Amino acid sequence: MRIYGGTMKVCNIKEMLEGRFVTEETEEILNHTVSAAYATDLMSEVLAYTMENAILVTGLNNPQVVRTSEMMDIPVIVFVRAKEPSKQMVALAQRSGIAIMITNHSMFNCCGILHEAGLLGGAEYGK
Amino acid sequence: MENSIHLQYTVDGTDFTKAGEASSDVKHKLKKLNVPTDALRRIALAMYEGEINMVAHADGGTIDVDIYEDKLTMVLDDVGPGIQDVDLAIQEGYSTASQEVRSLGFGAGMGLPNMKRSSDEMKIETEINVGTKITMTVYY
Repeated sequence: MRIYGGTMKVCNIKEMLEGRFVTEETEEILNHTVSAAYATDLMSEVLAYTMENAILVTGLNNPQVVRTSEMMDIPVIVFVRAKEPSKQMVALAQRSGIAIMITNHSMFNCCGILHEAGLLGGAEYGK
Repeated sequence: MENSIHLQYTVDGTDFTKAGEASSDVKHKLKKLNVPTDALRRIALAMYEGEINMVAHADGGTIDVDIYEDKLTMVLDDVGPGIQDVDLAIQEGYSTASQEVRSLGFGAGMGLPNMKRSSDEMKIETEINVGTKITMTVYY
């Protein structure tokens, strides 16, 4: 039986998604435990629904992704399909204490992998 | 009058990449003042959506923030086109945003609803071709 809603260490997420960090890869971030994930390209949805301590999985690549994450205290952004953020975005993330991970996987596959491993969707609907 | 800390920001309406700088600064300052996390998040969210709106629809404007012991008020003032139908604009999913704004992850018609949901009080004053003034209060 699968148990959903578990927490997950960032180092495990990195391994499962075969990801790499473009921000500094610290022990602190690798050992950080997240509670959920939210996958979207709509930043207004992130602002409306994202739970605390959830990672953001996105295919959208612009500075507002980092800003939005900053507002919502999102600790890790995962860019799917090997999308490279700009230097400006990396610097902004670094300053805000947000880690950026890049994976070659598609958004659908990322969600499947993380969900299969027990991470719950980080959305609070109806709030 | 209660004592308050007053902050004022000018929002650059020409550069979308800068949108959020004012909200970010307020969030950092409030963190230092030990404002509770939930209120901090609601304030950041409401102000950020407002800032995005000012860039997306109104060529920027000014934001005045007053931090009190138990609440924060923010006044977002622009000289944009005004809101045609406030009741409609506040409905989730209604948007007049450009394709450019949508491509940046916004314009899904959730800005004003998010602002309303995040603040404890919100007042919209708007006049066509004159501008819009939104006042929001969050208690903590």
